[in-house]
Amino acid sequence: MELLRSFTNPDLSYLANLCHNCRGCFYACPYAPPHEFALNIPKTFGQVRNESYAEYAWPRVLAGVFASNGVVVSIVTVACLTLIFMISMYFQGPNSLYAKHLGSGAFYSVIPFRVMVTVSTVTLGYALLALAMGFLNFWIDIGGTIQQLFSLSNWQRTLADVLTLRNLGGGGHGCTDKDETFSNARRRFHHALFYGFLLCAASTTVAAIYDHFLHWIAPYPFVSLPVLLGTIGGVGMIVGCSGLTWLKLVGDQTPADRNLLGADIALTLLLALSAFSGLVLLALRSTEAMGILLALHLSFILALFLVLPYSKFVHGIYRSGALLRNSIERRLGSATSIE
Amino acid sequence: MVDLNSIYDVLVIGGGNAALCAAVTARRKGKSVLLLEHAPRDLRGGNSRHTRNLRVMHGAPTSILTESYSEDEYFQDLLRVTAGNTDEVLARLTIKESGNALPWMESCGALFQPALSGTLSLSRTNAFFLGGGKALMNAYYHTADCIGVHTLYDTEVQTLHFEGRSVRNVTISVKGFPATVRAKAVVAASGGFQANLEWLKEYWGEAASNFLIRGTPYARGRVLRDLLRKGVMPVGDPKQCHALAIDARAPKFDGGIVTRLDCVPYSIVVNKLGDRFYDEGEDIWPKRYAIWGLLLARQPQQIGFSIFDSKSLNRFMPSVFPPVQSQTIVGLAAQLELPPAALEKTVREYNVSVRPGNFDSKKLDSCHTEGLVPPKSNWALPIDVPPFYSYPLRPGITFTYLGVKVNEEARVLMEGGTPTDNVFAAGEMMAGNILGCGYLAGLGMAIGTVFGRIAGREAAKIADN
Repeated sequence: MELLRSFTNPDLSYLANLCHNCRGCFYACPYAPPHEFALNIPKTFGQVRNESYAEYAWPRVLAGVFASNGVVVSIVTVACLTLIFMISMYFQGPNSLYAKHLGSGAFYSVIPFRVMVTVSTVTLGYALLALAMGFLNFWIDIGGTIQQLFSLSNWQRTLADVLTLRNLGGGGHGCTDKDETFSNARRRFHHALFYGFLLCAASTTVAAIYDHFLHWIAPYPFVSLPVLLGTIGGVGMIVGCSGLTWLKLVGDQTPADRNLLGADIALTLLLALSAFSGLVLLALRSTEAMGILLALHLSFILALFLVLPYSKFVHGIYRSGALLRNSIERRLGSATSIE
Repeated sequence: MVDLNSIYDVLVIGGGNAALCAAVTARRKGKSVLLLEHAPRDLRGGNSRHTRNLRVMHGAPTSILTESYSEDEYFQDLLRVTAGNTDEVLARLTIKESGNALPWMESCGALFQPALSGTLSLSRTNAFFLGGGKALMNAYYHTADCIGVHTLYDTEVQTLHFEGRSVRNVTISVKGFPATVRAKAVVAASGGFQANLEWLKEYWGEAASNFLIRGTPYARGRVLRDLLRKGVMPVGDPKQCHALAIDARAPKFDGGIVTRLDCVPYSIVVNKLGDRFYDEGEDIWPKRYAIWGLLLARQPQQIGFSIFDSKSLNRFMPSVFPPVQSQTIVGLAAQLELPPAALEKTVREYNVSVRPGNFDSKKLDSCHTEGLVPPKSNWALPIDVPPFYSYPLRPGITFTYLGVKVNEEARVLMEGGTPTDNVFAAGEMMAGNILGCGYLAGLGMAIGTVFGRIAGREAAKIADN
């Protein structure tokens, strides 16, 4: 790759998505602004990444949502808030939102069980389908084959890279997260968000198993697997979202495209609101505030899963694909020893 | 915070590698240190920003260097490139101390690339900075900041006021405002004068106005000239500079490595009149690339044009600019504003003089011209497969050789050889003591690091007395 003299669009998509935006190249480059060449690779790659999110979006007609993504995410969130409150009032009557509900099945007296399960299954299924299709569009475009996706050895290094964020460690000393000095802050905050998100997903899964197979109906006591997983995960997500947003706002703005900030903030804010509303719901679930809080929480979750394939969230999908190609290239490279 | 009313223990003039090494060393000895950098913060670091490695003596393989590189081999390499134009005592001191440089650099936050296995010959002799010279400077400035070195950017030193053999105060200009700094010892590490076109004109006449300067625009030599005027002993030939052929479209200053072109052996090079003027295939390129800057400097308007055809397009590393391209030689001449008939004649005469041979870009081959003046002795292939290409070339000045004479303590010597009391020099400003002519990759950074540390240490001793 480094020996190429000209690059195709798929090459650039691959490189831009392989880039973890550590910005080390910017601070090391003698041609960065104010040099008259004004080379700003992190900013350019950020723009190329955003164009690639649109290019590989499924279905293609929704590519436009990446143009002003912060607005789209906000509007969807507002729409979901409206919808969930209307559903609650339509099925259970307006008063149930303000009443105190206790004991097994309390949540379902705000939103009926059947509605909750149907909406969440359909949304989750669609989000996973759209993300998978986007990944495939990207993978085929950068020259990957379906066969390569089913080779376990190809995935080994990639999974390790994704789960440890090895490339945000800069080889141990960290990355230029905020300015030209090195830190591990971005890696740690991302870990908090990523694993927090996974713990929340695990919490929901365990709750679904309890409900479906064991017929233990929510809400669960504080010392129970779903609540503990969700609480730790929620705190992790809030820490991660706050930290990442802090880095975005106080960090050097030169190697970033201001126009892409909206998409970043919109998604981290939505993630943080999902987690925060969940924690407040837990704290106040035995009071009259539970109805409103549950409706809020479910609105944020619904919005999150609706925008999942059409928000900054997709960076993880495409970066994993780029890391996969990179690990295949490395294995081929070490086998044939590139001149 | 910077306090211009206080007397600093050590004043460091300059903001590149040598200056930072001196400042950090003196500060670590507990001295108050003020560092004056002429450039603004974004462009700090002098020509060290454009460097990539330093040449290091070592006895055994390390995590970043392969095999070994002995003091004698290092010295022989230096003798070869300088043709003996070196001070052996200072040269051997630099070489020996280079062997201790890496751990110290790492203590200042320097990061290195792991040794590249395989063919890259420099991985044996040179340690490569992770991220290059600018990243190294960032690490040094950060370290300096953390340990309390005071730094002023946009600050030019104008005059050093001597009392006998000592400097007590220095007139400076801080963002254009005049000020005076008092210090017990002064380290001058502010480079050569290659970015001072007026000074270059003293030796090159008007031709110098067409020179391109490959590095920082702040290497104006003001402190160097000031010291020489005050009776400091010079070293190095003032007329000499290290000059390459670089892309003529490069910026006036700071174009750096990406404007370099290695196209000469695979092309013919004509001047503004459309005529060839030197044997493009005289020897392998690494042995010849440093003569082409001065060859171009002697041509009308200090410009040349490398002309080649599609056979040669991918034989060399291109510059950051695309080549000028045309289906015909006449079309190429029009774009380059060369006389078309003359260029056509030059190419035609060259093509008929080319003798068939076995082309081999890796060694002196049998492809040469016959009956052509000047000849092309190797890699001569007819220019006959369109499209035709050209890179315009101008002299690109890397550095000048003139400096101040120093001793083993980095102490500046006055005319006659008496050492000054409290003035030290490091880096490019005194590199001419060791590198009298020629060039050895990574030696400049080795000299800067070794003498920067010596100057910082010795300057700190002055403050103790």
